[in-house]
Amino acid sequence: MYFNSVLTKKSMIQIKNLHKSYKMGSSSLHVLKGINFNIEEGELVAIMGSSGSGKSTLLNILGMLDVADEGDYILDNVPIKNLNETKAAKYRNKFLGFVFQSFNLINYKSALENVSLPLYYQGVKRKERQESALDYLDRVGLKDWATHLPSELSGGQKQRVAIARAMASKPKVLLADEPTGALDTTTSYEVMDLIQKINQEGKTILIVTHEPDIAQMCKRIVKLKDGVIIEDKKIKQVLASSNV
Amino acid sequence: MFNRDRWNEIFETISKNKLRTFLSGFTVALGIFIFIILFGLGNGLKNTFQEFFLDDASNVIYLRPGKTSMPYKGFKKNRRIEFKNEDLEDIKKNFPMFTEYVTPRITRNAIVSYKNESNSYTTRAVAPGHQFVEKTILMKGRYINQIDLDKKTKNAVIGRLVAKDLFKSEEPIGKYINLGATAFKVIGVFQDDGGDNEERFIFIPFTTRQLIEKSNDKIGQIIITFQKEIGQLGAVAFENSLKKYFQNKKSIDPQDPNGIFIRNPTDELKESQLFAVVLQLIVSFVGLGTLIAGIIGISNIMVFVVKERTKELGIRKALGATPKSVIQMILQESVFITAISGYIGLFLGILVLKNIGLKLEYYFIKNPYIDFGTGLIATIVLIFFGAIAGYIPAKRASSIKPIVALRDE
Repeated sequence: MYFNSVLTKKSMIQIKNLHKSYKMGSSSLHVLKGINFNIEEGELVAIMGSSGSGKSTLLNILGMLDVADEGDYILDNVPIKNLNETKAAKYRNKFLGFVFQSFNLINYKSALENVSLPLYYQGVKRKERQESALDYLDRVGLKDWATHLPSELSGGQKQRVAIARAMASKPKVLLADEPTGALDTTTSYEVMDLIQKINQEGKTILIVTHEPDIAQMCKRIVKLKDGVIIEDKKIKQVLASSNV
Repeated sequence: MFNRDRWNEIFETISKNKLRTFLSGFTVALGIFIFIILFGLGNGLKNTFQEFFLDDASNVIYLRPGKTSMPYKGFKKNRRIEFKNEDLEDIKKNFPMFTEYVTPRITRNAIVSYKNESNSYTTRAVAPGHQFVEKTILMKGRYINQIDLDKKTKNAVIGRLVAKDLFKSEEPIGKYINLGATAFKVIGVFQDDGGDNEERFIFIPFTTRQLIEKSNDKIGQIIITFQKEIGQLGAVAFENSLKKYFQNKKSIDPQDPNGIFIRNPTDELKESQLFAVVLQLIVSFVGLGTLIAGIIGISNIMVFVVKERTKELGIRKALGATPKSVIQMILQESVFITAISGYIGLFLGILVLKNIGLKLEYYFIKNPYIDFGTGLIATIVLIFFGAIAGYIPAKRASSIKPIVALRDE
């Protein structure tokens, strides 16, 4: 306890000398040119950069949706390497929660079923699954919408369902790719408020965004340009609730 | 396979994607349905064919006397051979292991009249066994029996069309008809699947015919049915020994082709069976074609289904679905749908075939049927190939990186 809370916080993500390039015909495009950083447990990090800076590639590698060419990636003391599809799927299910810009809810499943889906892949029993999913929906304030289909929900509600789904598997890290990209300002701040609350409960969260006001609501900003980190600073967090 | 949770997931998916389920199910049901119908109709055609050619019993040997064309044992050539009553007894005595029925057939044409109606018909003077040789079906009354033979009764069994010509709507049984110069009592009316000509015969006891013809004992042809158990080879052997027996008995040169004629319909049967085999081949070919078309249909549907679900599969993978579980889900779902709808198609097809029955007899299709085994095998084949057809796109979908699947907006 002493070590964890005072001296060194537990390291959640360690990245050393990460390289990634894509082959484009005969030439190759070097997207990530040696990325190094550590993220400790409980951090709320914004990854910023213009398009083409490599921020999405970085997030995909962190999310095990893509594999780096070179470098180390250690997630919660587990080295992530030599992944085959099955292993990646299991790690994703165990360690990571995803929030996407376009929500990516399954359109024929109700909010409750969407939230309980990662638990299904964890092998949780049906009844437990539903109880747990309902609990998470309650936490994002959508308990009354449990039986609704995504098409019957607003954009903000959809993103809250997606966040509940990402949280349901109790991941170590929440990865959000432009979570407010498809939302208006007010709704964006509501979603950020939710993300901040989840963070305050101790969850490690990474957000990819290009909106400065969203980045200011995080605790740390990592700026990428042309595949390298050009700035990495802790900031004073702006509370989303103060803007609403 | 028996994971209840997985089944739940599949039922949910099926019930919430009704159109997709209906489309893929419909393809399979239709494929099986058409297969069953075509195959059944083909069998119906075969039925008609068999009836045409295989009307009479197939285990029959016809013995017809001829004229010798070679001198033998002191006899000159051109001697007319005749069968007599004792020959019937000799056959029964000498070949008891082979024979089933032995009957003579004395064929005569006669003018037959009843009241004001009269017509020329062929009469056949026979023994009771003749009924089984010709597969005569009695509609009313009875056939010639042993008492008729013993007492040389003047009883006649007339064909359906004879009754129709002479009696119109009158009841023929018990009435007397004039057959040549003799009055015969009608004791039965028959029908025959062999066609109209067969129904214009009149059967009388052969002993009566002999009595009318000055009490002789000549008997025209001899018709023998043999035990079916002796088989094809046995029939040939029987035929040969019969020939030898009569050549010896009637003093005919064994080399003489004309003294006695023996006809065994199994020879003809072989030819017509070849035709039946060709017909069966055509039917099978049509069935196979339908089945292949059905398989292609399912493959297309499966490619479409997997394509439509690419994004969903991407989401599932991002949430922790392993490639194996993705393939398993798609396969289990498709096999389930094809099995259910295949069974429905099978059932409907058989139902329709049963209802057709004799309705298409005019088009040479009679009692179309498919044996359940064939239908079931076809269904299983379709399900199997449906699964393979589903496996390939499912495998591809499962190996797509979730990020690629998700990008697809």
